[in-house]
Amino acid sequence: MEHIVIIGNGIAGITAARHIRKLSDKKISIISAEADHFFSRTALMYVYMGHMRWRDIEPYESWFWKKNRLELKKAYVERVDTDNKSLHFKEGGSITYDKLIIATGSVTNTFGWEGLELNGVQGLVTKQDLENLEKNAPNNKECPRAVIIGGGLIGIEMAEMLRTRNIEVSMLIREDEFWASALPTSDAEMISKHIISHGVDLRNNSELDKIIGDADGNVKAVLTKDGEEIPCTVVGIATGVKPNISFLKDSKIETDRGILVKRNLQTNIENVFAIGDCAQQRIPVGLRPPVEAVWYTGRMMGEALAQTICGNPFNYNPGNWFNSAKFFDIEYQTYGWVFSEERRKDYEAQFHWKCKSNLRCITISHHKDTGQFLGINTFGIRMKQEVFDNWLNEKRSVDYVIANLRKANFDPEFFRRYEKEILKKYQALNETATL
Amino acid sequence: MSTVQRNMSLTGEPPKTINTQQKIASFIGLLGLMVLVLAIFNVNFPNKSLWLTAALTAIGGGTIWFSIAAYSQKHAGIKNDGVQFKSLTSKGFWAWIMGISLTLFYILLYWFPQYLGLVQDGDNKGLVALFDPFSKLLNGGPASQWFVYGTLYTLAIVAFGVKFIMKYRHNKYEKLRTFSVMFFQLGFAFLIPELMQRLNSETFSLPYYDLKNIWPLNYYNFEQYRVDDFISAGDVGVGLLIFGVVSIFIITPILTYKYGKRWYCSWVCGCGGLAETAGDPFRHLSDKTQVAWKVERWVIHSVLVFVILMTTAVVHSYLGDDSSKYWLTKDTFLIGVAVFLTIVFAGVWIFKREELQKDARIGSIAYFVIIIALIALHFTTGKTLFLFDPETLRSSYGFLIGAVFSGVIGVGFYPLLGNRVWCRFGCPMAAILGFQQRLFSKFRITVNGGQCISCGNCSTYCEMGIDVRAYAQKGENIVRSSCVGCGICAAVCPRGVLKLENGPLENRISSNEILLGNDLNLMDYVNQ
Repeated sequence: MEHIVIIGNGIAGITAARHIRKLSDKKISIISAEADHFFSRTALMYVYMGHMRWRDIEPYESWFWKKNRLELKKAYVERVDTDNKSLHFKEGGSITYDKLIIATGSVTNTFGWEGLELNGVQGLVTKQDLENLEKNAPNNKECPRAVIIGGGLIGIEMAEMLRTRNIEVSMLIREDEFWASALPTSDAEMISKHIISHGVDLRNNSELDKIIGDADGNVKAVLTKDGEEIPCTVVGIATGVKPNISFLKDSKIETDRGILVKRNLQTNIENVFAIGDCAQQRIPVGLRPPVEAVWYTGRMMGEALAQTICGNPFNYNPGNWFNSAKFFDIEYQTYGWVFSEERRKDYEAQFHWKCKSNLRCITISHHKDTGQFLGINTFGIRMKQEVFDNWLNEKRSVDYVIANLRKANFDPEFFRRYEKEILKKYQALNETATL
Repeated sequence: MSTVQRNMSLTGEPPKTINTQQKIASFIGLLGLMVLVLAIFNVNFPNKSLWLTAALTAIGGGTIWFSIAAYSQKHAGIKNDGVQFKSLTSKGFWAWIMGISLTLFYILLYWFPQYLGLVQDGDNKGLVALFDPFSKLLNGGPASQWFVYGTLYTLAIVAFGVKFIMKYRHNKYEKLRTFSVMFFQLGFAFLIPELMQRLNSETFSLPYYDLKNIWPLNYYNFEQYRVDDFISAGDVGVGLLIFGVVSIFIITPILTYKYGKRWYCSWVCGCGGLAETAGDPFRHLSDKTQVAWKVERWVIHSVLVFVILMTTAVVHSYLGDDSSKYWLTKDTFLIGVAVFLTIVFAGVWIFKREELQKDARIGSIAYFVIIIALIALHFTTGKTLFLFDPETLRSSYGFLIGAVFSGVIGVGFYPLLGNRVWCRFGCPMAAILGFQQRLFSKFRITVNGGQCISCGNCSTYCEMGIDVRAYAQKGENIVRSSCVGCGICAAVCPRGVLKLENGPLENRISSNEILLGNDLNLMDYVNQ
C-alpha cells in the first residue's frame, strides 16, 4: 500500500489527508512537532482571551483520527532524505514514504534586531507562542505594558488579546495607518481609529531599533528609531511570517523564500509536494503573491493536491481571491482585488463609503476605463462570497454591483441596511463627475 | 491553558475583574436575595408588602445595574472575555455552589413546599407568606409555592433579559428576541393567568392557563380536571380547549414551517426564556461530542413517546364509553390516535425516508410498532391500555419528567451542564418542533461560501451542543432538529460565516467537498 507522509498538521496538511482518505485507502501518516491534534491556528487568540479552551479550537474529536486511519506522530523532522525517501527525527528514528507532502506552515519573520533572544520577545504563530504569552503576560501586574512591532493581522490579534487583561499596549507601525500596506488609506484610517478607541497606543511611522534587556535576560524596554525608549516586559513580533523550511537546508529540495513548487504543487523532486504557507509558486498565480500565508489558500492547496495524489491530476488553480479578518469589533471581508495605495494598479479606481458610526465602510474597486467590478473590501457589513464570486466571474460593472448590493448582504435578520445610502453616495459622485 | 490561576475570587484579575459599581450592584442584589432566604427560615417581616417590594426591587435592580455597569462602558460587540476562566462560568467553586443552591430550591419547591412556608389550611408562613400581599393584589387569593416560583421566574427573565440586551446591544435580532421572551413571560405566563383567576367564582372556573404553554410541554393540559373546567366554563372555556388543540396541530406546524422552531423555543417559550436570559452565561457548557448527540436523540424522542402514551392513556381513562358525556368515546379517540400516528409515520417513510439516519429509522419503527401493538393488544384482549394504569403513567411522568428533568436537572444544573439541558434532552415539545424543523421547514443556518476558519466559537457557544463548525467548515448549511435559532453562533462568528434564514426548500442542505473559492473545474469535478 502506498504510504503518504505529511509533515505538518495544520489546515493544509489535514485537508490533504482528509481528501486523500475520502478518495483512497492509502496509508497516511501525519507528523507534527507542534501539537497532538489539528487545531485552528486562527483561533489561538480566543484561548488566551478566555472565549474557548484548547480543546474547543480542535475541530475534530480525538476518535476522528483513528476512525479515518490517519496515523499521527509527534516528532520533529530534522532531515529529509529524498534519495532514500526517508525522514529522520530529532528525537531519533525515521520513517519512509512513497509520497511526501510538506505542509509545515510559517514561522515568525524577524529583521535581526538586537535583543531578539531576550525572555518576553515572541511572535504569535504556534501553540508554543500561545503558551509563552500566557507565561509572559499572565496579567497586568506581571506585564504592565507590551510593545507590538508591526501591524497586520497578527499584531492586531495580539493587541486584542493583551487588552482583555488590561495590559497597556503600544503598537509600532511603519506606515501612516494600521495595515496600510494592504488596505486603502480610508479603510486603514477607520480601523486605526477603532484600534485607538480600544486603548491601544498606536504609533504611526515608528520603527524598532533594538530591544533592551535587564541583567536576567528579560525584556526591559524597546528603543525606537526615533530614540524613544518604551519600557515593557513583552515584545510581540508581528512583522509578518515566513515559510518554515529551515529543516530542508541540507536536503535536495529546492527552496527560495519557500519551497519552490510547480502549479501542480510538486517540488523539484518527484513524489515530494509542498502546500500551504511553506510553498512558493515558481510563477505566481494571477495577481497572487508567490507565497500565500492564508488559511483559505492552505485549504485549497490541500484540496487540489489530494486529487493529484490519488490519480486525478489537478493544478493549484484558485478562483477569485477572498479573505477575512476581525479587527477588535469590526469584521472584514474581501472579495476580488482591492489594493492599497502602494500596490494600486494604474487601471484601478476605488469608490469609498463610510458609515457615520465609523464602524462600517466599504471600498469597491473597478477598472477606470471599462467600469468592470474588480473587488470589494467590506468592514462591519457581512456579504455573501457566492454573490461576489459570480459577479467577478460574470465581469459585472461597478454600476451593476452597487445597484444590486442588497443581493449580497449577509448581515443577521433585522439589521439596519445601508445599500440605499451607499447607492446615493455613488450616484452623487457620478453626477459631480459628469458635470 | 492550565497556567491560569483558578482561585475562588469573584473579583480576580482581568478579564475576570468586576468594577466597583458592579460590586455595589451585586451587594444590593444579594441583600434582596438575603431577605427571601431569611423568610424561608421564618424570620418574620412586619410589613410584608414593603419588604417584598424592597427585596424584589433589590434583586431586579441590582441585576440590571450590574449589567449596565458591566457593558455600558465597553464597545458594543462580543463579550466573552474570560468566560472560560471565571469560576462561576467554568464549573469552578461558585458554579457548584450555585448549582447546589438551585437544586435544593427545586427540591423544596416540588416536594417540600411546607419548608417554603406553604400551609394548606390556614395562613401561610415564611417565604410563601411574604408573597401573600402580592398574590392578593394580582389574583385575589393567598400565595402558593407556585406563585412564589412564578414571580421569581418572571423577575429572572426580565432582569437578566435586560442584561442580555446590554450584552448584545449591537445585534438587533438578539434584542428583539429577548424583548419577545420577556413580553411573553411577563404577560402570558404571569400577569394574564394570574388576573384571569379573578374571574373565577363559585359558578365559573377556568384552570390556570398560560396560553403559550402548549401540550406536550404543558403535559397536563388535557387532564380531566382541566378539561372538565374548560367545558363547564362555557364558550370561553371550550374556546380555550379548542385553542389548546389547535396550537399543537395547526398553529405550531405552520409557524415552524415558515420560521423554524425558533419562533417558539427562543422567542416565546418560558423554559427557553429563562435559558436565554439567566442561563446565557452557561451556554458554552453544553456537551458537543457526537456521543452526546446520540444520547440526545434517543432520550428526547423517548420522552416524546412517553408523553404521547401518558396523555393518550389519561384522556382515554376519563372519556365515556358512550357519547353522552363527551362527544368523543374511548374507542373513537384511541382509533383516532392510532390513525394519526400511522399517517405521520407513513408520510415520513414515504416522502422523507432518505433523510432519516440509521438510528432514526430503527427508533421510529420500534416505537411505532410498540405503540400500535399495545393499542391492538388493548382492543383484542382487553388488557389495560399501554399495560400501566393511567394514573401511574401520569404521576410517573409528572415526577420524572415534569419535576426532576425539567426543573431539578433542567435549571438546577445550569452552571454544570449548560442552560438548555431540558430543551435538548427532555422537552417533548422541542422534539415535535425539531422533527418539523428538520423535515418540513424553510429555516436553516446558511453558511457563507468557504469563509469558515474552523475557529470553533459557533460550536462552543451553541447552547444545544450542536457542532456548528462541523457543518460550517464543509460549507454545509445547518439544518438540525435541535437548533432553537438563538442566533448566537452567527453573532460570535468572527468572519461573518453564518446567517439564520427562512428560505426556499431547494438546496436547503448543500454539502460541498470542495469549498467555494477554489478551482471551478475542481469544484465541478468533485461536487457534481
